[in-house]
Amino acid sequence: MSSETKQILTTDGIPLEVSLKKAEKKNKIKAFFLVAPLLFFLFLTYVFPIGEMFTRSIDDKMVTNMLPKTFKAMEKWDGKELPPEEVFAGFYLDFKLLVENQTQGKLGQRLNKEKNGFNSITKKLLRQIKRNKIDESISIKEQIMKVHKNWRNVEYWQAIKRTAPPYTFAKYLKGMDMYFAPDGSIAQVDEDRRIHRILWLRTLEIALFVTIFCFLMGYPIAHLLATLPMKYSNLLMICVLLPFWTSLLVRTASWMILLQQQGVVNDFFVMIGLVSDDSRPEMMYNKVGTYVAMTQILLPFMVLPLYSVMKTISPSLMRAGKSLGGTPFVAFWKVYFPLTIPGIGAGCLLVFILAIGYYITPALVGGASGTLISNQIAYHMKTTLDWSFASAMGLMLLSGVLVIYWIYNKLVGVDNIKLG
Amino acid sequence: MALPSYTETRYRIWHYIYIGICTFVFFFLIAPLFVIFPLSFNAEEFLVFSEGMKRLDPDAFSFRWYHEMVYGTKNPWGLAAKNSFIIAIFATIGSIILGTLAALGLSSRHMPYKGIIMAILISPMIVPLIISGVAIFFFMAKVGLAATHTGIVLAHIILGTPFVVITVTATLSGFDHSVTRAAASLGSNPVNTFMKITLPLILPGVISGGLFAFVTSFDEVVVVLFLAGLENTTIPVQMWTGLREQLSPTILAVATCLILLSTLILISAELLRRRSERLRGINR
Repeated sequence: MSSETKQILTTDGIPLEVSLKKAEKKNKIKAFFLVAPLLFFLFLTYVFPIGEMFTRSIDDKMVTNMLPKTFKAMEKWDGKELPPEEVFAGFYLDFKLLVENQTQGKLGQRLNKEKNGFNSITKKLLRQIKRNKIDESISIKEQIMKVHKNWRNVEYWQAIKRTAPPYTFAKYLKGMDMYFAPDGSIAQVDEDRRIHRILWLRTLEIALFVTIFCFLMGYPIAHLLATLPMKYSNLLMICVLLPFWTSLLVRTASWMILLQQQGVVNDFFVMIGLVSDDSRPEMMYNKVGTYVAMTQILLPFMVLPLYSVMKTISPSLMRAGKSLGGTPFVAFWKVYFPLTIPGIGAGCLLVFILAIGYYITPALVGGASGTLISNQIAYHMKTTLDWSFASAMGLMLLSGVLVIYWIYNKLVGVDNIKLG
Repeated sequence: MALPSYTETRYRIWHYIYIGICTFVFFFLIAPLFVIFPLSFNAEEFLVFSEGMKRLDPDAFSFRWYHEMVYGTKNPWGLAAKNSFIIAIFATIGSIILGTLAALGLSSRHMPYKGIIMAILISPMIVPLIISGVAIFFFMAKVGLAATHTGIVLAHIILGTPFVVITVTATLSGFDHSVTRAAASLGSNPVNTFMKITLPLILPGVISGGLFAFVTSFDEVVVVLFLAGLENTTIPVQMWTGLREQLSPTILAVATCLILLSTLILISAELLRRRSERLRGINR
């Protein structure tokens, strides 16, 4: 028999294999077209804007665009001694153009961040130009150097040169309390000004402890819910689901009422004689408040995955463990607990991911010592308007979250997330 | 949870400790919600229980703050409630349409790159809201939709679709595809099959995803804070400003209404879940 006679044909004479592949491909396209609208929408409004945050975070084109002639002339300058006449001339022409457009102030501010003193010496130069004191027919270098002694200082010209590249990772370094030293190496900021590192560590610490607290409190009740008869467990499940469905701000508000100095918790402590009436402890606007409120708010996210895993564990396994001679503790530890590990992984990762990006609750009950990295991002977005720094910090946080998300996806699978 | 009569004393003690811990945790979860109810009827304008309230004196209680919430002068709650409902309803509709379509595609066994696409579609639920807020703000500012209802609705569709995708995919996982093939063999076109056969069967999942999307939008404050102008204020934004600046018991009146609303939503979600499990033949 030849191979051609073996081939099965469909009624219209096409080999079955080809026809099947065609149908398969058609189905693939059909399935993809159903997903396409959402995918397109998300890419347009969400994924690309996040990518845009990256370009924004490294963008440093402002000075590059403001001083094109200067940087062109600086290409030939070795950067060790005062630049040659061409650089001064280029700078003068660029600066004059900025003065005509009245944007020289921005240049002064930006350069001042690079090296202190630029604000005043650019203003001095501005005054000279406005009074037409600069004569373009003779050496511009000599005239600019006469405006202020710092224009004769090579360090200032080196600072201008450092701003030449259109991209910089300086914002990322700033997020880790580091900066580019004048010689181009990476240096640490002074110890008493390292605020960001404290925030990163605090964010990690709070997320970690909230996860641990949620686990310690969530495990027993998930076990109880999974082992109780349906009619009781359904009733108790409401205690988990009602907070889950209640507005985050409502829950935060209730903690603000409970934890304030004249609040219910302090009243209770005074009543049972734990503290005296005039030394009520401060429980809000510090870490205690953040821990308590965040644990209660995130607890349902721990209980629900644990519950759905525990529900599938047959009670006969524990009975078998006990009948084989294990004490209840041994049976629990050797039989039940290992079976719940998938649920523990899912719950802990979910709570950790949510806790690390928390914003509203720490901002309201955290006070100064309870603020987290998210609060800092919001502060730079709204108050200092340093959007490129906010973007850089956001992306640093995002990369951490994506690593955990990737682990979560490997361990649990996103399609196994259970809701309610 | 009755213990067998032969239980040793130490396990008996351990059992009562365990019950005690569970009671404490349930109390910890639910009690904070109940402190709001009595305080919202406070006759005074402090957020603490007055002496009169502790004595259960009827004069210490009043509907003053509810009155203030509805009829107060220059009060923002009316506008905020209107905005919140409009935004949440449109965001829910958008999330349901986009999310259900995507879930149908994802549940097909022919779907290529299922894992990575699913991960992208779910990501708005995982990425910290502050980062989503910054990114969405940049986009909306660029296309000129910042400080508009449309912009906020679009933002909430982004945040709401993951919930619809998850619930509908879960419903479809128990879905018997032979019924749609049967419909097709009887001469029904795909749209008709979807409307008459598939949709009624997955409806509980769709509605429960829709409830999630509604609550997400109705409760969302971080992204709205970036996007909203004065005209687009919502209930959560007003609560946020209220809690930060002038703590007035009006907030507690609003909070009480919100708790009642979430109770309603919880009940409907639970009923839907049970119906869906019955339809899919899952018995627990």
